[in-house]
Amino acid sequence: MSDFSPRTLGIVSALLLVATACGPGTPPAAPTTAPAPPTAAAKPTTAPAAQPTAAPAAQPTPATAGQPTTAAAPAITISGPFQDEAKTLNGAGATFPAPLYQKWFSEYVNVTQVQVNYQAIGSGGGIKGIQDQTVDFGASDAPMTDEQVAGAKGGEVYHIPTALGAIVPTYNLPTVKSKLKFTGDTLAGIFLGTIQKWNDPKLVAGNPDLVKVNEDIVVVHRSDGSGTTFGWTDYLSTVSPEWQQKVGKATSVNWPTGLGGSGNAGVAGEVQQNPNAIGYVELIYAVQNNMGYGMVRNKSGKFVDPSLESVTAAAAANAANIPADLRFSIVDAPGDASYPISTATWLLLYKNMPDQPKAVALTRLAWWATHEGQKFNKDLAYATVPDALNAKSEQFIKQIASNGKPAFPGR
Amino acid sequence: MVSLSNHERVLAEVDVLGRGANRGDRAFQTVVTAIAACVPIMLLGIVILLLLDALPALLRYGGAFLTQTTWDPVAEKFGAAAYVYGTVVTSLIALLLATPIGVGCALFIAEYAPIWMRAPVSFVIELLAAIPSIIYGLWGFFILAPIMRGAIEPFLKNSLGNVPAIGALFSGPAVGRDLLVAGVILSIMILPTITAVSREILRAVPDTQREGMLALGATRWETIRKAVLPYARGGIVGAAILGLARALGETMAVTMVIGNSSTQIRASLFTPGYTMASAIANQFTEADKEIYFSAIVSVALILLVVAAIMNILARLLVWSVARAPRAS
Repeated sequence: MSDFSPRTLGIVSALLLVATACGPGTPPAAPTTAPAPPTAAAKPTTAPAAQPTAAPAAQPTPATAGQPTTAAAPAITISGPFQDEAKTLNGAGATFPAPLYQKWFSEYVNVTQVQVNYQAIGSGGGIKGIQDQTVDFGASDAPMTDEQVAGAKGGEVYHIPTALGAIVPTYNLPTVKSKLKFTGDTLAGIFLGTIQKWNDPKLVAGNPDLVKVNEDIVVVHRSDGSGTTFGWTDYLSTVSPEWQQKVGKATSVNWPTGLGGSGNAGVAGEVQQNPNAIGYVELIYAVQNNMGYGMVRNKSGKFVDPSLESVTAAAAANAANIPADLRFSIVDAPGDASYPISTATWLLLYKNMPDQPKAVALTRLAWWATHEGQKFNKDLAYATVPDALNAKSEQFIKQIASNGKPAFPGR
Repeated sequence: MVSLSNHERVLAEVDVLGRGANRGDRAFQTVVTAIAACVPIMLLGIVILLLLDALPALLRYGGAFLTQTTWDPVAEKFGAAAYVYGTVVTSLIALLLATPIGVGCALFIAEYAPIWMRAPVSFVIELLAAIPSIIYGLWGFFILAPIMRGAIEPFLKNSLGNVPAIGALFSGPAVGRDLLVAGVILSIMILPTITAVSREILRAVPDTQREGMLALGATRWETIRKAVLPYARGGIVGAAILGLARALGETMAVTMVIGNSSTQIRASLFTPGYTMASAIANQFTEADKEIYFSAIVSVALILLVVAAIMNILARLLVWSVARAPRAS
């Protein structure tokens, strides 16, 4: 039965051919106007400037990884085509970073002449694709499970984090003007169905304005499987033992209550349509649609407004606890400034790739994505990956090998 | 050779006329046969692939797959009963609402409308079939659902909600994303199918039937009730089932208004539900475990079987009327 994925992906690829064909021509609207050649020329100065804080911590690690030559040259810049690399790469996976990836890859083709096709078929599809080697790289909002890692046909898979995001509780309460404050406890209660009214004492405790709202809470969740759902349920599982036991965390779960909307836009639509509704969406959707969204109390007991800064803060605060394989979770991170429902998205690459031109092209792409590419994150409302994490990604990229030799050319 | 039909006799004569042309005929026949064979082969391929992929889930859950309502990808417990229920209930609502309207339209077109009006009215109704389902979905999401939530569902709840037997159907909070709204959307979508087929069935009723009744002094209504409708009954049932078959498989529009909530089977039509087709569409992309994927394919298999049975039934009923003027 292991043959279903190539077939499925084949069908999906056929369907999405049109989308990819339009891809390069329609990059998401972004205010960046910098043409490729000047940015490439400016690299030597911008790259070190982008890593001010964690650079000392990052430097020793490449040395211990047995790469003495590259450790001596910290500022590696990807510029221009490289003669021995593949000219096209195919990737598939998560929808959450798709706008960012489209922007990236339309920039990247100007830098290196390498055409990257990315199909946003969902994190599950990305994992299946890399497992079955139907794509050159996968992308996922949830790290692969041990089981999934074991099922990868090409051996060890590296997780390279590329962007961070916030998932926010968004609500539609026409009568309440102030910003609501949620705790892990109240959010779990609402989504478990144990808190059913907006004037429940637990909610009123932090939000006095709710005392008059004697209305049923309409819960909205994702109907499709999604990395957003993974992040949300990951958070609820972390803060609520009851949630952990009754529902658990996954890209789609057995919801105890509520309506389902398809995609971030579907949930946003349901919440906007139904007074007294609450749902969860990526921060960008709430901002773009002018929807109300709440603050959430973090591990340190502070109510934090979701923002790109509070997300990066969560990742930086958690950097010390992150496992060596980068299959991390940054929900409920410590630190006063950390937003607790922060998530990451990863590129999935094989450690060993027999096709050398592809391996070379992929390592260059991954390096560019974790360095030069990061400066596009903010414009598209994605938080940047902290330098401490990028340093770990660098090690992985340098270890990617083709036929026993490291593939990354270092430029 | 004695019982050759006219058609076969003509073919035989062609054979005699030109031996050369015969070779071309054979080649063409082979080509066309091969093309025609592709269709059943494709169908067979689809069924085999569905069976193969569904096998792990069918073996693991067996009959419980059809009776359990838990659909928990985390715990790997899968039961499709809630999806089957959602599909059946929404399709039945659609059928109940659309059949009287569809047959009424067909009667108007076939029996009452002046000749010049028949074509335009048929055209407008059949145009409904040309509207892509996503547009029905958007319309349902933004227009119909708020109306249902704000006006129709509260009205039903207040008027019928307290009637003993059927009251349970109209209880609970009205959120406008539920089985009833999905059923109403579906009824609009299957209306053109039912109307078009019923109209053809009514046209197939021989005029001698009507003339006979009129000669006996019957009114127009009596003619329709006693001569036309009984004659066309089987065909109209077939038209309704063809509509039902479309309702069973409809995905996009239903997904947008049904609420997509899988765990509950409740009597109330105001319950958010889930249909088989929308479950497949929603979950297939992220089904990252083999057993999860297999469970979704099993739902697809069930849907295919149900839809196939409905279609076969409908065709049989329609044929029994359309090709048998000797009846009654």
